[in-house]
Amino acid sequence: MSDPMKIRASVVGDVTEVKVLMSHEMETGQRKDAQGQTVPAWFIQNVVVSHNGKTVLAAQWGTAVSKNPFLSFKFKGGAKGDKVSISWTDNRGDKRTDEAVIA
Amino acid sequence: MMVLRAALALAAMAIAPALFAQGSTADEIAKYRAALRDGNPAELWEVRGEALWKQKRGPKQVTLGGCDLGLGAGVVKGAYAQLPRYFADADRVMDLETRLVWCMVQLQGYTEADAKKNPFGSGNEKKSDLEALTAYITSEARGAPMKVALSHPKEVEAYRIGEKLFFFRGGTHDFACATCHGEDGKRIRLQDLPNLMTAEGAQKAYTSWPAYRVSQGELRTFEWRLYDCFRQQRFPELVFGSDAAIALTMYLARNANGAPYDGPAIKR
Repeated sequence: MSDPMKIRASVVGDVTEVKVLMSHEMETGQRKDAQGQTVPAWFIQNVVVSHNGKTVLAAQWGTAVSKNPFLSFKFKGGAKGDKVSISWTDNRGDKRTDEAVIA
Repeated sequence: MMVLRAALALAAMAIAPALFAQGSTADEIAKYRAALRDGNPAELWEVRGEALWKQKRGPKQVTLGGCDLGLGAGVVKGAYAQLPRYFADADRVMDLETRLVWCMVQLQGYTEADAKKNPFGSGNEKKSDLEALTAYITSEARGAPMKVALSHPKEVEAYRIGEKLFFFRGGTHDFACATCHGEDGKRIRLQDLPNLMTAEGAQKAYTSWPAYRVSQGELRTFEWRLYDCFRQQRFPELVFGSDAAIALTMYLARNANGAPYDGPAIKR
């Protein structure tokens, strides 16, 4: 079970700024453990952000993204009280979706 | 290819003066920290810690809501800025981590060994509840002025022992804490070390722990900081929650008095 994301979304004028912290190991597949065995790659592959059911950001990530990634972006539109929904899927097929209300 | 190389060389020449004008490594590290401050992953620990604090856990299935961190049962706001302190119920000076263990034992019915079996987490498989709880409670003290009292004789005693430990030289390197932290301008590799003998240095250092260590991908508590300092100076392992750890914390926390608490922070 993955930990919840921490999402902040605020609107200034007609631009909404979204800041997301995700809890994920983001293993690169390059490391070895104490026994010398390769630690298998484990990372977020797809990120989709939607606002009122419309996708405002879709991203494909790889192993170069850090552990516990922080994502910050802006989109046009959005009003106070609207919901922003963020989902990620990792290469093991684990999923997580969290929602935040725009402040 | 030649043309490209020439272009690159020209570009490099154009960049070089700008690089020299950018100031010292310490300034660059400060910029790096400032850039990371927004979206500090310590918040993930804070969120998990808050859930743990409010969750019914342990053999007795109760929350930590009845835990007295010094300001009354269940009062979290600002409590960390006044720790360590003497607790009459335990008849002992305690820092935050030790008090949490005490509450987990007394209220939730954990054995002491269970409560403190995982003080420092490592990755997804070995998450530390104590680190998460510490992150939550310290985050609730952000902005509160450091106000560690020396009113009880045991608090004074802890402070004195902490002071002794700070200047105690030993280990294979004949190091004391003061060897690295007693003068301005000392460093390990490229990291400037705080001079803990000045009020400003002690305040800046103490109020920025716990912190998320980017290089480890973990949130680290003040007990961890001391534990790792002991390791670096080749001292015997500092036992978690021991009198020595609490005394040293007392000495440094008291010396930070007056400054607003500013953690959990983010560090390289």
